[in-house]
This record gives sequence, structure tokens and C-alpha cells, in this order.
Amino acid sequence: MLNSLASRSKQNASKRLLANSLVPLLVLAGFSLSPLVYANHTILFQMMAFMALAQGVNLLYGFTGYLPFGYVGFFGIGAYGMAMSIQLWHFPGLLAVLMGGLLSVIIAIIFSPLLRLSGAYFAISSLAASEVLSNVVSNSQLTHLTGGPYGESLTQSYHPLTSYVAMVVVLVLTTVLLIVIRNAPFGRALMAIREDPVSAAMAGIAVVRSRSVVWLLSALIAGLTGAIFGWHLSVFYPSTVFDLNISILAIVFTLFGGSGTVTGPVLGSIVLYGLYNAIGISEPQYFQLIYGLLIMALVLFLPGGVVSLIQRRGNYVP
Amino acid sequence: MFTYSLISGILFGLFFGFMALGLNLIFGVMQMVNLAHGDFVVLGGYLAVVLYSSLHLNPVVSLVVALLLFFVVGLLLFFPLIPRLSNSRDPEMLSLILFFGLSQVLEALMVIGFGDNPRSLPLSIFGNAPWHFLGQSYQIVWVITAGVSLLMIALTYLFLYYTRTGQAVRAVMGNRDEAMASGLPVKRTSAIIFSLGLALAAMSGVLSPFMIGSLDPTSGLGLTTIAFAIVVIGSLGNPLGSVLGGLVYGISLMLMQTYLSSWSVLVPYLLLLIIVLVKPSGLLGKGVRHA
Repeated sequence: MLNSLASRSKQNASKRLLANSLVPLLVLAGFSLSPLVYANHTILFQMMAFMALAQGVNLLYGFTGYLPFGYVGFFGIGAYGMAMSIQLWHFPGLLAVLMGGLLSVIIAIIFSPLLRLSGAYFAISSLAASEVLSNVVSNSQLTHLTGGPYGESLTQSYHPLTSYVAMVVVLVLTTVLLIVIRNAPFGRALMAIREDPVSAAMAGIAVVRSRSVVWLLSALIAGLTGAIFGWHLSVFYPSTVFDLNISILAIVFTLFGGSGTVTGPVLGSIVLYGLYNAIGISEPQYFQLIYGLLIMALVLFLPGGVVSLIQRRGNYVP
Repeated sequence: MFTYSLISGILFGLFFGFMALGLNLIFGVMQMVNLAHGDFVVLGGYLAVVLYSSLHLNPVVSLVVALLLFFVVGLLLFFPLIPRLSNSRDPEMLSLILFFGLSQVLEALMVIGFGDNPRSLPLSIFGNAPWHFLGQSYQIVWVITAGVSLLMIALTYLFLYYTRTGQAVRAVMGNRDEAMASGLPVKRTSAIIFSLGLALAAMSGVLSPFMIGSLDPTSGLGLTTIAFAIVVIGSLGNPLGSVLGGLVYGISLMLMQTYLSSWSVLVPYLLLLIIVLVKPSGLLGKGVRHA
């Protein structure tokens, strides 16, 4: 009896491992092979960028309960860190992308006192923080550093293929990171903090340190994504990379798929970004109407997202 | 220059205090942040513009229309959404997301209905004669708007302190569970305050073209942030806190516009960040806030 139970749980564990490793492999294969059959590489690239951002939101919201409306701030700072490294110090593209991620982490350290807030206070204050960043970067008094409202033009280092590959790498690494965190004791510690920080602290979990680690990691993801995004565009304005709709889409994609899982944001990005491309480009207000209604319906009827339909039957979803 | 910024700061501050009042009431009673607050302000502005351009209605009349119309809208939104939400696992966070969805819906509907172009009302609607005070002159619409705002804040104050419903509202703000245990109609009170909050937002929206200039469908979220900053600067659930927060905001905005104009867009965001990090209970706050 005991033996059969043990062997069954072992079987389950290996099934879970397989399901878990399948997600990043599918993402890798999908975005590496689809450019061969699908000609519109811009759509594929942007879908990857939004998927990475959705995973970043998922890391922060799904595991710690902090909903970052101002997540786009890290994205924009990443793009600007990359652009300034190229314009001011003439760094090569890939190194500049790393600088973008680094600058984003530095900004996250500066804004880490925001983690003292919770709920709506954190959500709206992070929005305010991203507005501050956006307005500082686009201020005309800083034109010599950031290009101010006139934006950045990096045509000398435009390299669509390398930036596409870099985006695949960052996306796959992000997905793997999410899987590792979700299955490691660290992830369970985070969820304990999300449910009840006081009890978690009493159980010996370093609440502040764990939250800060997640905060910096999610900033790094957004910073690298923003840097590669800016590199791929090579000409952008502050309003392009600090567009609030970027945070909004990343949050909607995460909620639609289901936060706290790794599959949820992947699913949400593919379905909703596909929908966005079908109707959102020509008639953005109808897409906005649809996802507004979708969010309201999800909150009222399906707070766990689409994957909770599968989880409800007792199936394991990575 | 200093007197001018100070007086116009006070005039703007009274208006912004009024604009934040509805958000303050809804948060105080229901512990929910209405992220669509700014969109209701913009809707009120559109109502005033439409009534003025089609029927030549004076904005003062539009104020009454906005009050009645959006009170009904509030009731229609409250009953299908809020009771279901209050029973869920995490009402605070889910309500934030729900109102965020509502704000997206309203923004999309406004683009579909009115288009992307900014709309405004002529500033000369109440005559062109400026108001002279201490050697400076101010737009007469600013004075009228500030006066109406002050009147509305005073009426809300009287409602909260001198009517039975107002007393019930303050009881629910103080402690929801105890209010329920003493037999107060908590759900009805919440419905009234939710609808009143939306109506107040729309009424301030009717006045907003005079103070903010032109409105477009995307102005909503920025206005929500400003209103949230004002509510946090003053204190939650205290209408006088809204006035104080509005004055702090209005005066800092005007001083920045006078002396450091290129950075003045940062004012609401910096004020919000400073206050939540330094004194999250607000300037008039007494105890710890659990939110």
C-alpha cells in the first residue's frame, strides 16, 4: 500500500517535471521556427516582448500580490539605458542591452521603498513612479543626455536578427526562471508571504529580502525586454517605450491566462496578442472595449484565469 | 508673482479637492479604490460640452443633470458588481482590477462616442470681466468654479454630519463589522455612497473644462492619480481632508508652474510618492490605515 503510494507520487513528480520542462521548450521551438513559416517578424517579436513582460508581472503579482501598474517604467528605463550606452559611450548592441537591464535594476533599488506599501497604494504609487521616470526622461532640459522629447535614433546599431535572437533567449530564460521559482522552496515562501506576511515571517521566512529579490528580478526582466525592444525598433520616443498601455496589456495577458502559473501568461499573450493584431491595430478602441469587459468578467466569474478551468478538475498545470 | 500663484493655487486647490471628494467617500466606506474615478470626471465634462453645444445649457444646469444622471448610473453599476465582489476571496485587489477594467471600457466607449479629439468649453461662458484681488486679476470662471466646489464640499459635510444617512455612512467608515452588527443598513449605505461618489465625480467633471482646459478620453487615468494623491495627502474618509489635500496640490502646482515650469508635470506624482513614503496616514490621519 505505502509502496504503491510512493511509486505513484514518484510517477506524478516525473510527470510534473516533464510538463514543466515542456513549456520553455515549446516557447523556444515556437519562436525559433515560426519566423521560417510566418513572414511578419514584427508581430512575433512584439508577442515575445509582451510574453516576457507578462511573465515579469506574473512573477511580481502572481507570487507576491503586488500589482505593478507602473511596470512599463522599468521597460522604458531599460530601453533608455541601452540607447544612452550606445549614444554616449558607443557600446556594442548586446552589451548595451545588458546596461539597460542593469540601469533598470538600479532604478528598482531606488524605488524599493515602494514595497512598504500594499494593495492599491502600491499599484497607484508604482504608476506615479513610472510617470516620474517618463517625465524626467522626456524633459527637454535633458535633451543632451536622453534626447528629451525628440527620442533616440540608433540606426547605426540596427540589427534585427541579433535582437530577435536576444529576445528569444531572454524570453526562454525568463520562462525557465519562473518554473524554477515556482517549484523551488523560494516560490512557496513567496506565496506564503502573499497570503499572510506576518505568519510567514514567524515561520522563519525572510519577508523583506524575498520580496526585494522578486522586485529586482522582475525589474531586470522588464529592463532587458525594454532594451531589446528599443534596439529592435532602433528609433523610438519616450511616449513609445513609456506607453502606459504596455503595462496594461502585460497585466491583462497575465490575468487572462491565470497569474501564479507559468502557462497562464504564455497562453494569455498568444491568445490576446493575436486578437490585438486581428482587430486592435486598426480599431484600438474596440479592442480596448473587449479587454475591458473581459477583465470585468474575469474578476467576477473566473479570478484564477483561463487555466483555472483546467485546474478545477484536479489537473496539474505548470 | 508669489501672491498670484498662491491665490490661483487656492482656487485650483478647491476645485481639485472637490474632484477628489467622490474617490475619498467611496474608499472610506467600501475600502475600494475606484480606478475609473477620473473617467467619470471626463464623462461629466463631456456631458457639459454636449449639453452646452446642443442645447446651450448653462454648466450650472448641467451640474444638476450630472448629479441625477450619474446617481442612477451608480445604482445601476453597484448592484450587479459590488455585492458579488465583496463576497470574493480578496475584495481589495479584485476591486482594483475590476474598476481598472471599467475604466478601460469607459475610455473605449468615449472614443467610440466622441472621437479622439480634445473637447472644451469657452472660458468666457460667465462673462469676460476678470476678478481683481490684491492687485492681480484672475479668470472669473476660476472664481465661480472654486465657489461651486466649496459649496458642494460644504453640502457633503452637512450631509455626513447632520443627516441620519450621513451618520450611518460615518459609522460604516469607522468600522464596517460593528456597523453591521448594530443593525445599520450597510449595503444600502454603500450603494448610496457609491452612487454619490460617481455623481460628485461627474459634477466636478462638468466644471473641469474651465480648470484643466480640454478633455480627451485618455485624461481619466491621470485625473484618477491626481485625485488619489489628494485623498492620500488629506486623509481618508474625511471631506475636510480632501480640501486640505486639494489646497496642498493646487498651491504646489501653481508655485511649480511659476518658478520651475518645465518640471511642473511631476507635481502630482512626486507629491503622491513623498506622502505615501513619509506619512502614509495623511496629514490629518490619526491611526494606522489597513489597506
